[in-house]
Amino acid sequence: MNPDLQGRAFAPTAPYLVGREKIREFARAVFSTSPINHDPEAARAAGYADIVAPPTFPVVVQESTLHQLLSEPDAGIDFSRVVHGDQRFSYTRPIVAGDELTATLAVTSIKSLGGHSMVTAESTIVDQAGEHVVTAISTLVVRGDE
Amino acid sequence: MIAEIGQVVAEKTYELTRDSLVRYAGASGDFNAIHYRDDVAASVGLPGVLAHGMLTMGFAIQPVVDWIGDSGAILDYQVRFTRPIVVDPTNGASVTVVAKVGALTDAEIRIDLTVTYEGSTVLGKAQARVSLASV
Repeated sequence: MNPDLQGRAFAPTAPYLVGREKIREFARAVFSTSPINHDPEAARAAGYADIVAPPTFPVVVQESTLHQLLSEPDAGIDFSRVVHGDQRFSYTRPIVAGDELTATLAVTSIKSLGGHSMVTAESTIVDQAGEHVVTAISTLVVRGDE
Repeated sequence: MIAEIGQVVAEKTYELTRDSLVRYAGASGDFNAIHYRDDVAASVGLPGVLAHGMLTMGFAIQPVVDWIGDSGAILDYQVRFTRPIVVDPTNGASVTVVAKVGALTDAEIRIDLTVTYEGSTVLGKAQARVSLASV
């Protein structure tokens, strides 16, 4: 893997408009029974403008930044050898239907360990006002040659 | 919310099927074929079709969300993927989540998740920090 990726500046992703039905679809897929994920009235009663996305929904927005990383021409990352090692979300607030979100990628760490490489990708997700919503951090393990 | 360190605040078992994986693939946009095609999984040396790690992370927090009532109180959520979940085409996979209080201050609570499948844990360092300000 190319160590120069660390510290490289990546362009922000195109805005992602969070739809109410997309949140419901994702909520069903992760077995959510939380009323604020499904019912606008329940969400409003809890103080939100519209239904709230489940905690791992930011991965949908983060995905395009990981695609940016893996498709960087000089990255030297073989996608078929990539394994998801760790995942973390640090929230300022939950994602709500109607949000228009933009993610910006940073590679914060690249390490080699016993023939494998580990890359930590941090995607900072902000809303249409530029305010921080959530940061999604993935550590990907790229397996070395067998 | 009354809690003490070590207290189990939620526990739930999820029955994953191949349908669950197809549904998650569509909802998340992760269409890696190892999550729905036996031939592709076998061709890369896997013991079978695997659940998406992010699906496991996604449902593992749900008992905590139900306990706190508002997922907006979650400040931080992290997991390490330590063991894959093989989802049998006929019998699926039964995955159990136990959520325990790991640490507690006046401002926040740390919930530690133990997620097991066939007697082994599948996530490491699975933790959520929850603000006590709004609950």
